[in-house]
Amino acid sequence: MLTLTIHSAGPGLTVQDLGRPGWKAQGLSTGGAADPLALFESAALLGVEPSDAVIEMMGFGGTFSVNEGMRIALTGAVMQADIDGDAIPPNATHFLPAGAKLTIRGAQKGVFGYLRLAGGIATDPIMDSRATHLTAGIGRRLQTGDTLPLGPDPDRMRVPQKLTPADRFSGDTIRIMPGPQTDFFSPATQEAFCATVFHRSPSGNRQGIRLDHDSGCFGTTGGLSNVSDLIVPGDIQMTGDSVPYVLLAECQTIGGYPRIGSVIPADLPKIAQAAPGTPLQFTFLTVAEADATATSQAATQRALTKMCQPMIRDPHDIADLLRYQLISGATPGDDLERP
Amino acid sequence: MGEDGLWGIELGYFASLTENRNAITHLDCLVDVVGDKDDGLLELLLQALLDRHEATTEGPRRLWRIPAAFSPAFAPQLNEAAALAGLTPEQAVAQIEAAKVRVIAIGFAPGQPYLGMLPDDWDIPRQSELTKSLPPGALITAVRQLIIWAADAPTGWRHIGQTAFRVYLPETATPFAFEPGDAVQFQSVSDTDYRAIAANTDTNGGATCEVLR
Repeated sequence: MLTLTIHSAGPGLTVQDLGRPGWKAQGLSTGGAADPLALFESAALLGVEPSDAVIEMMGFGGTFSVNEGMRIALTGAVMQADIDGDAIPPNATHFLPAGAKLTIRGAQKGVFGYLRLAGGIATDPIMDSRATHLTAGIGRRLQTGDTLPLGPDPDRMRVPQKLTPADRFSGDTIRIMPGPQTDFFSPATQEAFCATVFHRSPSGNRQGIRLDHDSGCFGTTGGLSNVSDLIVPGDIQMTGDSVPYVLLAECQTIGGYPRIGSVIPADLPKIAQAAPGTPLQFTFLTVAEADATATSQAATQRALTKMCQPMIRDPHDIADLLRYQLISGATPGDDLERP
Repeated sequence: MGEDGLWGIELGYFASLTENRNAITHLDCLVDVVGDKDDGLLELLLQALLDRHEATTEGPRRLWRIPAAFSPAFAPQLNEAAALAGLTPEQAVAQIEAAKVRVIAIGFAPGQPYLGMLPDDWDIPRQSELTKSLPPGALITAVRQLIIWAADAPTGWRHIGQTAFRVYLPETATPFAFEPGDAVQFQSVSDTDYRAIAANTDTNGGATCEVLR
């Protein structure tokens, strides 16, 4: 059996895929990777299905090995990594030989890093998905010593690829669309909300993140008496004390706190990948403008596949160039003419 | 819906058109939508979805009876909630026992029911401070509704009773206990009886489920 062994695990390692849609009526949110774009990127690089399961690493990585060599790719948060001491860049494919140690360090930029093995993590699906859903008690955090089954690499000889991903680690302006409760907030409050520079609070996880600010209040009238209503990832909930939370993949399915708007799916990875302290500001789109940004998963995958480039090493970047045997021998030149 | 060229759209719908509550449809453009993604198409899809689900005026299909403890040890905010409802704690428990509440929606956490509606007295707001965590099976209230708490999360609802009922059993073939529309009645039990019920793992919190139709 092909396996991945985890020799050391950071605290936030889970198996993830694109989640478990179709169970919201029973109270189970879709879940899946906090930054799904990273799954499409690594699938495009390796030429595999984006729905194959990966390892999500929140903040910290780990040390891994496989018992049969296969291709890998690291996407999402920028994390220094090496294979047996040789540094490997992110957003590119690499070959991880059997028994070699892949070491992935803490995130330098962003929050959620992803390790995709070309064969995919092959744990038993639960309700058609392998995604760990911590709040729903499906799966658990990975631990040092865990061994996970893998599928076979479908195309081991494929030309190595690289990709320049969209920057989503520095916050910036986040586009939001109005929702059914936006009107609970006065126009003045909505304006004040968009004029405020928020900072991603240290408090956050796969369920959602809190936004810190030192502006006044973003209150509504009767905010504590609304009948609870259905909510989705991206919704910005204003809790009783005027503290906004942006909901992520593993959010609850129903909530009672009023929502001022919803982050459009295209910008949600910027929220997930904002490290504590990252500045975030919001701007409203109309529903039609937001709708125009919607991209299907298939279109996302096609676009990323086109952006991949074969990896060619520039001799300038090869630090130990002189250690390579570039000429296999020298001869006087008349060897063949000699008797 | 393939004949209409509308394949590839996943439509999930939320439960429960009961009791004048809202329903929501959720459209996930997982793969390419064939045709224009305009309002006309969405309307067509929603109508097709509604046509598949006949409205019914019949009563609940099932009635759950669930034991609950209401002593201060198990119901730390009963006095406070009763006072807000203008009731004594005894009256509050009597009203809860008398009510046959319906499963209005399932959500927040897997299998967790929103039960309603309680009498008008119970139209009390959430508290402004969040309670950091509650034991599973806690009976909590706000805005004329009850919840059997199943989440590992903070809440602004008040803790007014305790059941040993698990609404979500991920290790079983039928992980979600409730169906939308089910009726639920709570039965007050002594602390001693509650502890015995909670210790007995052969039943789900001593609950019974009667199929009515």
